[in-house]
Amino acid sequence: MGLVSDEMRAGVGSVIDWEVSFPVAASDIRRWMIAIYYPDPPPRRFWDETTAPGGIVAPEEFNPFAWMVAERRKPVIAPLARDTDWIEKFIGITGPGLRNQINGGTEATYGVPMRPGDVIRSETRLVDYQEKTGRMGPMLISVTEAVWTNQVGERVRVERQTAIRY
Amino acid sequence: MELKVGHELAAGPRCTGFAEWNRYAAVNDEFVPIHMDDEEGRRAGYPGAIMMGRLQWSYVHRLLREWLPPQGRIVSVALRFREPTLRGALFDVKARVIAVRTEADEHHADLEVWAEDETGKVLAPGTATVAVPA
Repeated sequence: MGLVSDEMRAGVGSVIDWEVSFPVAASDIRRWMIAIYYPDPPPRRFWDETTAPGGIVAPEEFNPFAWMVAERRKPVIAPLARDTDWIEKFIGITGPGLRNQINGGTEATYGVPMRPGDVIRSETRLVDYQEKTGRMGPMLISVTEAVWTNQVGERVRVERQTAIRY
Repeated sequence: MELKVGHELAAGPRCTGFAEWNRYAAVNDEFVPIHMDDEEGRRAGYPGAIMMGRLQWSYVHRLLREWLPPQGRIVSVALRFREPTLRGALFDVKARVIAVRTEADEHHADLEVWAEDETGKVLAPGTATVAVPA
């Protein structure tokens, strides 16, 4: 199919992105849980500090990098908004230019929980490309792995993400 | 809490739409056209707008969290998004314990987890491991 060029293949194993969050805020956690539990109320321990021994902790799946981050790797080529070739542009190579991208799957292993005040760093590496043909035609499967650590270097999460472009 | 092979969990059937998806987009910065606009969903090959995979991911975590005691923890989750969840379509999130073991000072349970549509077709198959203090 030829969706994976030689320079893309050579990019496998590269760190494609790193970012550092702003300090996690209790209100970020509360809003996250309101969205996840809507229209039900979230469990009290995620919003009421007086009933959470040791204070509120974030749910495992919480994303501290939504909207804005404190620092992020400068891409070699600036991607457009929702650019399907963002992986390749970050490391300065040409992507396949496919129109659509969807989430094919996620695998996460969790370490220490995130708490208000934590600053989380994520480093994402390109792990694999695969080409397949599906009902939407030729597809490019990209696998990335992000390792999250907190401000004292403790492992927070290791997450593999499979993106499907077609 | 006793972890027992064969124990089954279900969140219960529900359907979601823009009220839930927009709230999720607001906290996860996920205002992506195929999740916001039926026409964009059709242009991408679906019958209409589709739910974010990450929201289904969160619903799996919610199911596990509601089952576990507060001192329990989710160790890992893996989920494949095989079929989209459509706006207004009934779905359920379920899990089944397939193995239990004790490691150090914790009991661990491995589970199959999945989201299914109203006919029982699996939309998102996966696995999870949880732990509770021994």
